Amino acid sequence: MDAIILQILNGLDKGSAYALIALGLTLIFGTLGVVNFAHGALFMLGAFCAVTLSRLLQLSHEVVDDTRTDFLGNPLTVDVPYVYDIFGESAGAAIIDWAVPLAILFAIPIMILIGVVMERGLIKHFYKRPHADQILVTFGLAIVLQEVIKYFYGANPIPTPAPSAFVGSFDFGAVLGFDPGSIVYPYWRLIYFFFAAIVIAAVFAFLQFTTFGMVVRAGMADRETVTLLGIDIDKRFTIMFGLAAAVAGLAGVMYTPINSPNYHMGMDFLVLSFVVVVVGGMGSLPGAVLAGFLLGIIEAFASMSEVLEILPGINQIVIYLVAIIVLLTRPRGLMGRKGVMED
Amino acid sequence: MTDQVTNASGAPIPAAQTRRDARDRVLGLGKKDFGLFLLVIALTMLAPFILNPFPEGSALSQFNAGYPDLMQRFVIFGIFAIGFNILFGLTGYLSFGHAAFLGVGSYAGIWAMKLLTLNVIPSIVTSIVVAGLFAAIVGFISLRRSGIYFSILTLAFAMMSFALAYSVLTPITGGETGMQLQYFDPRILDGPLEPGTTPRANLFGLEMAASYQLEVGAWLFTFNAGYYIAAIVMLIAFYLAIRIFRSPFGMMLRAIKSNQQRMNYTGLNSKPYTLAAFIISGMYAGLAGGLLVAMDTQVGAERMFWTASGEVVLMTILGGAGTLIGPVLGAGFIKYFENIVSKINESTLEAWFAFLPGGLSDAAVAVVYPFVGKGWHLTLGLLFMAVVIFLPGGLVQGGSKLATVFRRDRNAGPVEGAAAEKRQAAED
Amino acid sequence: MTKGNFTRRGVLRTGAAAGTGLAAPTIFTGAVWADAHTGFTNAPQGDTVTLGFNVPQSGPYADEGADELRAFELAVEHLNGEGDGGMLSTFSEQNLDGTGIMGKRVEFVTGDTQTKSDAARASARSMIERDGAIMVSGGSSSGVAVAVQALCQEAGIIFMAGLTHANDTTGKDKRANGFRHFFNSYMSGAALAPILAAQYGNDRKAYHLTADYNWGYTTEQAVRESTEALGWETVNTVLTPLTQTDFSSYITPVLQSDADILVLNHYGGNMVNSLTNAVQFGLRDRQVNGKQFEIVVPLYSELMARGAGQNIAGILGSQNWDWKLENQLGDRYSGTNAFVQSFGTKYGFPPSQAAHTCYVQTLLYADAVQRAGSFNPCAVVEALEGFEFDGLGNGPTLYRAEDHQCFKDVVVVRGKENPENEFDLVEIVEVTPVDQVTYAPDHPQFAGGSLGECNPGA
Repeated sequence: MDAIILQILNGLDKGSAYALIALGLTLIFGTLGVVNFAHGALFMLGAFCAVTLSRLLQLSHEVVDDTRTDFLGNPLTVDVPYVYDIFGESAGAAIIDWAVPLAILFAIPIMILIGVVMERGLIKHFYKRPHADQILVTFGLAIVLQEVIKYFYGANPIPTPAPSAFVGSFDFGAVLGFDPGSIVYPYWRLIYFFFAAIVIAAVFAFLQFTTFGMVVRAGMADRETVTLLGIDIDKRFTIMFGLAAAVAGLAGVMYTPINSPNYHMGMDFLVLSFVVVVVGGMGSLPGAVLAGFLLGIIEAFASMSEVLEILPGINQIVIYLVAIIVLLTRPRGLMGRKGVMED
Repeated sequence: MTDQVTNASGAPIPAAQTRRDARDRVLGLGKKDFGLFLLVIALTMLAPFILNPFPEGSALSQFNAGYPDLMQRFVIFGIFAIGFNILFGLTGYLSFGHAAFLGVGSYAGIWAMKLLTLNVIPSIVTSIVVAGLFAAIVGFISLRRSGIYFSILTLAFAMMSFALAYSVLTPITGGETGMQLQYFDPRILDGPLEPGTTPRANLFGLEMAASYQLEVGAWLFTFNAGYYIAAIVMLIAFYLAIRIFRSPFGMMLRAIKSNQQRMNYTGLNSKPYTLAAFIISGMYAGLAGGLLVAMDTQVGAERMFWTASGEVVLMTILGGAGTLIGPVLGAGFIKYFENIVSKINESTLEAWFAFLPGGLSDAAVAVVYPFVGKGWHLTLGLLFMAVVIFLPGGLVQGGSKLATVFRRDRNAGPVEGAAAEKRQAAED
Repeated sequence: MTKGNFTRRGVLRTGAAAGTGLAAPTIFTGAVWADAHTGFTNAPQGDTVTLGFNVPQSGPYADEGADELRAFELAVEHLNGEGDGGMLSTFSEQNLDGTGIMGKRVEFVTGDTQTKSDAARASARSMIERDGAIMVSGGSSSGVAVAVQALCQEAGIIFMAGLTHANDTTGKDKRANGFRHFFNSYMSGAALAPILAAQYGNDRKAYHLTADYNWGYTTEQAVRESTEALGWETVNTVLTPLTQTDFSSYITPVLQSDADILVLNHYGGNMVNSLTNAVQFGLRDRQVNGKQFEIVVPLYSELMARGAGQNIAGILGSQNWDWKLENQLGDRYSGTNAFVQSFGTKYGFPPSQAAHTCYVQTLLYADAVQRAGSFNPCAVVEALEGFEFDGLGNGPTLYRAEDHQCFKDVVVVRGKENPENEFDLVEIVEVTPVDQVTYAPDHPQFAGGSLGECNPGA
């Protein structure tokens, strides 16, 4: 029983990452109709916002320590971060420790800016081009963004730990009446789940309850009519693109303590996020979120050794298998709208 | 070939026009098509010269691509892209899992070499047949959906193939370390090899690796048996592709692309046509996979990873989807970068810029270095963007623009340019 | 073109016929053949010799590849008499004098393996066919090593493997033209087991998470068999996909089991992620059966340790070599300091084990040519088979003739609790002497292959 509860938690946790990435993708892909292969790169850029901030905070000046030597026998130089000089050693250390949560504030404006620049400078010109051209240009962009990050940060994963206050696990077992210690879950992963839930809710609320959101939704449904009404839908779509970039970026920032980011992480998620969006159904935000959680939970269960004993290798393919089954039984995914990206 | 392409509304051109065209046909090809075919023949046959323009040992010889492996890859991936274009360029169905057919074809090919004979013909035939069967299954299921749903279905099949080949199917695929030939493989048609010898793919005794080298002054040209065999196969594949493009069947496929609904309303069932196109294109991929094995006797599972499927999509779009020669150009472009630009290292650059004074030479190296060697991906990404921004019809359009500059009659667009522009018009 | 003098430049660059047991291509036989025919592929002409360094430059192992390339460049410098000569002075063989190889200046070409066997072979073929490389070295995975080794066998040149750890490279996929300096899965298991037993006791229950591909299988088998022989029980083994990034759903069942050891048979990004996840779930702080829960990573590199950050602290694993060996364990590992000194001076940080392997492989190849007095691959193979040497940082070392595997001490390391800098992440726990990691050539973990005969190519 507790094993199953744990796998459900795992599934929700994985699913929240999938859902968050897919949400941003479907805002662009399912609503603006742009096949954005650079979406994974946006996720990766978000993660590197956290890395960059943590590096910025650790910017140091060198102090030579004559009492110790380095590996070649020369006097050792010790780096002292500037924040230590400004805030004192303990406060400075605390600020560095909190780099990842602080990076949320740092990433939002940067990611919105990147999204807006991307849309205005590039994607805008491709709304009316064939999907094939969109794939080529966004794939090219994704490679360029990746290589730029690789040039500055290298290819190796960069450990970006959560604040030490969040290291450790929450004991569900004790709360739910099981044996203490039987169901524990890391704090940061729980935070990730709640963070994802809040971001998803905020995006929905924004589209559902604001005039801006209403216009955008109208524009998605019938762009021409909205334009005829004298509304500048283009400007709103630009903002939507910035929003989608910010959502992807935040997913990346918060993901860094879970897995050390590297320049390639966007590509690892790209295919999966497309599968999630399509299984959810084109043009449906709730569909993307639902599919994200569904695939997360299924993936979690498929990795149990009890399952693998019956079906060896099922963990390798389960997501794709489920995608095929869903698409064959429900022609437009779970909640897709008719006519979106069907030709 | 404006006359054979469907008109803007997607309906076939009246038969009278086609008949008028039939007068000057060679090999069943129209005049312009035949010209294009001759051009491709000339390019492939003279490739060892064309691709090795720089003298051996000169600083620019780094850009020479006229060695067997890369020439083979050019034509093999050309075949792969031609086949992909039959599906994507004609019907508009964007398969994102075509590498699976290439991979399955490769595995079939190497098993034929292990079990039957080192002769490449049975192996290639096996590749085509097995890939065709696999494509029939995948196509039958995936073609129940269209648009992005179709793309994701094909992607899912390819990713499952990759994942299984890399892990649980290791006994028959070799998994991570791939499949190679061994001298102790059974090979029932050949009889056993002498212990310890290296098995080599051959065509009735002519080994694929056999080469003849010609030295002219400072230049060195390599004529490789395997390359010419692959090139001839590509020419056949290219010829068949032209015939498919110009056939009533091809016209039907174009009609499906421009308006499937209308097709269905006229009482025509489009599914058999798209399925046929899918299988043909899967067999092309299988042929490419079989040739890869014939030229370089090993298979690795990464051949089926989604990036490999993505690569053929990029090749086709980059060259010009829906054009005949475009995908081949796109394939050559990408493979050239992968194999040539990635090999330029810091010391090569230092040699190039050695003529500059010290500081300037270092600066030049520092500026260029991020774009070559380990940075070759960056250059490729920038070029993808540049091509799609400035040449919406792909490389073919670039070629036709260039040709128009040198042409007296600037209004007469060349064969492929017209198709590229048509494609633009049709998809807008 | 009619004026062309039909000489063959050197030799046929690709392996054509003669002596392979198959019919030679008729159209190419005749007088043109004999000209300047030296009997093996890419026989060096003129006063230079070209080596091919094929390393991952893109993809997840790009940094490891970059370190390998640094080492190769350093080795070439030393062979050509530039720089401080590094290990040339400590090497037990003193045939290399800084005048290149057999008086020919060493040049090199580089390529990108992308850590894909297809791309690695394409890159290696271009080195052989276009650039005339007489030896190819480098790489960062067993898939690539096996693929390129088979290619070099076909083409008739020497392959000096880079970082490859699966048993298969010198087991079922071994080839006469290939040599491996790196250690392998079996040796990791054999070296680790006694130290694990000493540190954690003989009564332990191990849970294995294993990467679902060849290297994972051989590593799991090696560690499992070695530890079970010392009394450990294997509770469960679970295979994880290569493409997995989040290992949480594989870690939580460990919490449910009564295992008190987790063995992560993962490499590269897989290992960084699975270890990070395992530590997140509090496995390091866990008590099971009254024992402290421990995590073991059979093989890890300095770069992986850097990627895992603090999570690597206290984790036991094995390595081929470490830059602190000579300082801490004395003269037996001479050569280490000479190499660290010249690498550190040039690049500003200590070398990784991958860099060491690649540097040593280049020197060993050069020395073998020098001793053999010929670049002919078969002569080189003969010179390397059964070759015993010292002074290259690993202590006394043997290149075994039967399978071309190198035998030497294996270093058991532990992640440092308080690293002083990003290059000082591991500490040496102990060195397992070579006798304990030596196995019979026909050991079941290495069954099913054959070296075949050396192939000199054309």
